[in-house]
Amino acid sequence: MPENLTPNPEAGAPRGKREGKVSNYKIEHFVAPISETPLQGVDAVKETGKPLSMWAEAWRSLRKRPLFIISSILIVAIIVVAALPNLFTSVDPTHCVLENSNGPAVSGHPMGYNFQGCDIYSRAIYGTRASLMVGVFTTILTVLLGTTIGALAGYYGGWLDAVLARLGDVFFALPLILGAIIMMQLPVFRDNKSPWTVIVTLAVFGWPQIARIARGAVIEVRNADFVTASRALGLSRFKALLRHVVPNSLAPIIVVSTVNLGVYIVAEATLSFIGVGLPPDIMSWGNDIASAQTQLRSNPMVLMWPALFLSVTVLSFIMLGDAVRDALDPKARKGA
Amino acid sequence: MSEVSAPKPLLEIKDLAITFSTPEGPVNAVRNANLTVMPGETVAIVGESGSGKSTTALSAIGLLPGNGKVSAGQILFDGEDLAQAPEKRFVELRGNHIGMVPQDPMSNLNPVWKIGFQVKETLKANGLAGDKPNERVAQVLADAGLPNPAARANQYPHEFSGGMRQRALIAIGLACRPRLLIADEPTSALDVTVQQQILDHLDTMTSELGTAVLLITHDLGLAAERAEKVIVMYKGQVVESGPALELLRNPQHPYTKRLINSAPSLAAKQGVEVKTPHEEQAAKNDNVLEVKDLTKVFDIRKGFGRKDKFTAVDKVSFAVPRGTTTAVVGESGSGKSTIAQMVLNLLEPTSGEITFDGQKMSKLSEKELFKFRRRVQPIFQDPYGSLDPMYSIYRTIEEPLRIHGIGSTAEREKKVRELLDQVSMPASTMHRFPNELSGGQRQRIAIARALALQPEMIVCDEAVSALDVLVQAQVLELLQQLQDELGLTYLFITHDLAVVRQIADDVVVMERGKMVEHASTDEVFTSAQSDYTRNLLNAIPGATLL
Repeated sequence: MPENLTPNPEAGAPRGKREGKVSNYKIEHFVAPISETPLQGVDAVKETGKPLSMWAEAWRSLRKRPLFIISSILIVAIIVVAALPNLFTSVDPTHCVLENSNGPAVSGHPMGYNFQGCDIYSRAIYGTRASLMVGVFTTILTVLLGTTIGALAGYYGGWLDAVLARLGDVFFALPLILGAIIMMQLPVFRDNKSPWTVIVTLAVFGWPQIARIARGAVIEVRNADFVTASRALGLSRFKALLRHVVPNSLAPIIVVSTVNLGVYIVAEATLSFIGVGLPPDIMSWGNDIASAQTQLRSNPMVLMWPALFLSVTVLSFIMLGDAVRDALDPKARKGA
Repeated sequence: MSEVSAPKPLLEIKDLAITFSTPEGPVNAVRNANLTVMPGETVAIVGESGSGKSTTALSAIGLLPGNGKVSAGQILFDGEDLAQAPEKRFVELRGNHIGMVPQDPMSNLNPVWKIGFQVKETLKANGLAGDKPNERVAQVLADAGLPNPAARANQYPHEFSGGMRQRALIAIGLACRPRLLIADEPTSALDVTVQQQILDHLDTMTSELGTAVLLITHDLGLAAERAEKVIVMYKGQVVESGPALELLRNPQHPYTKRLINSAPSLAAKQGVEVKTPHEEQAAKNDNVLEVKDLTKVFDIRKGFGRKDKFTAVDKVSFAVPRGTTTAVVGESGSGKSTIAQMVLNLLEPTSGEITFDGQKMSKLSEKELFKFRRRVQPIFQDPYGSLDPMYSIYRTIEEPLRIHGIGSTAEREKKVRELLDQVSMPASTMHRFPNELSGGQRQRIAIARALALQPEMIVCDEAVSALDVLVQAQVLELLQQLQDELGLTYLFITHDLAVVRQIADDVVVMERGKMVEHASTDEVFTSAQSDYTRNLLNAIPGATLL
């Protein structure tokens, strides 16, 4: 648009305040041809394309992520192994022959034998179930407990919040492993060792973390206009919590619990390693790592195999957690 | 402004195109944009959100977001092409050649640093701090119109009001006496009277310094009042540009015409009668809502059990006749939203009485209250916060019906379709989710939800304030039409007197919790009784132009 630079004859006359300004320069009145930007309806509704909920949208962005694809393939494989171990090995993991003690890999026994002469591969395959079970059920328990307590504390506030938050702090202050060692020594737990005792113990020390996250998320949502609006529509306070506040606070909880699932599997292995976790007759990676420590120098592969299974499982869940976080919270994405 | 024989433009943008790379492919945000800013001149870019007005201006200072790129054209600043200039060159230019006043005064000052420090930082970065930086800082703040600048420099941003923060940001923007100042919606978040003061001051300062201003605004009235030249952008293109007054009085492009017709600030003075008066209803003396001596006192905790009392609403009385609209107008902190909350029974009054259709609200039992909820419904300001993002539009509108156990599933679906039709949304919208709709569309869904229970009264708390003018006009028209069809009564809470003219029969003007004026809309606009109301009316931008 060319600017005419000859002085504007109209300029110079002083004008009152807020009466509009007149330039010292002549300004051309430019109008774009209408064909270039045809007028569109004001605020037209998009009617094409499939409707997408927040979850559907997250899923759409999730399924394209390599991190998600790799981790979910691994996790599906792990679940299949845990459910149907006999598909992957025909060797009985409890059939141990001492003459095979620390034996090398032979055909049919790709990872060799441990000190007791048991097949390492078969034990690792059968050990998946216990580890995965502890991880999954501990996560479910912590989410249920943590979300309930955190949501009540955050939503109602006041003395309820104070009491529940302090209660959480008490458990939060105890290191998970230390607390679990002490709890597993209680007679009730010591005498009934099973995956469930480990699950309960880990959940008792794990819920405060979820509760804190739930409380923060709920406090953020509880003052949203849509909550006030549904209250004005006649919804009771508690129902508003269930129907609107909690569903909108779930995203950060899901992200943290996915990562936690891996962490709980490690915690179970740690407890089993120091002898207070799963009973020795239950096959688990933690137990196998524990029994391998005596020959760490002579035959380190005995320890390496279950540790590798454990690492891959934990890594898959942590990667899945990362991918889910990126999909649910685009702000946390690194880079562009 | 010096009259040089052959003045050269300070900023010249030629055939500019800006492209954003998104996961869905490149998006052309700006195409073929041309504009010229002469030294010392104020040029305003006007457009709705998404029109590319901010993007165009930000490209001149090299502040496009990471995925944005100038894909064609030239940005000539003082003859130098900045379109592909490296970041280093922009760093040199920013501050002392091109200054910037950002939009949101609440988030653009760092809350952990003192105001003085943040001004000093700018001065130092441009080597203008001198031997006595603190005195220089005080001077800069004083120039921006902050009283007692030396003491103010030692305060933190949270100790400042919105207007004061914006003054501090203007101080920072002008601290190094730039030749061009880019002001991106500098006063959109402020009350009109504060806006007027700040823009007056900005005018004085920039004409003293001879700084050219590129003003970005959505308000055509404001643009015409403050700038010599106005550029109208639509869908990433400049559709019309020219001398401000001429453009306002003689718009050529249909989009500009549309904007001028919808701008409430301009319509208010044109005497456009958008509102059909409801005199016959008012005459019947049938009041849906009566508020008498309503008072709300908040306790402000001061620590160690000490409390201060703050009277948010002080003995306010008014009545709303059935089928009419009463607007409650005031600046932020005037108590207007507190009144809305009490009328909705979401907040309990400290004293006073609210009578709804002859029933005193303080005497209602739980059960009666539940019935009352059906008869009075709210519509809130923020279209992004008022719909549950997890609920589809169908579930959102169906929710009130389900809560009150109305109809079977099939009947409810039929009702949802009817409601969508009433707010002129296609029925196919019902499977969509709020994140797929624009602000105005969400607001229409909120209206549909409010209408589901066939209420008698709707409380609109700043219901159109967050919308673009065209969309705002559309929603106001819808509210109008629904009132005529269904005989609804509105209590319309707003800070914008210009909108009042378009919708209200009666006006209640609030100042710091007190009612300073209560009269019919015409009376308020033609013969306002209080100084406060007159100030508010005068501060409507563009009010003096037509």
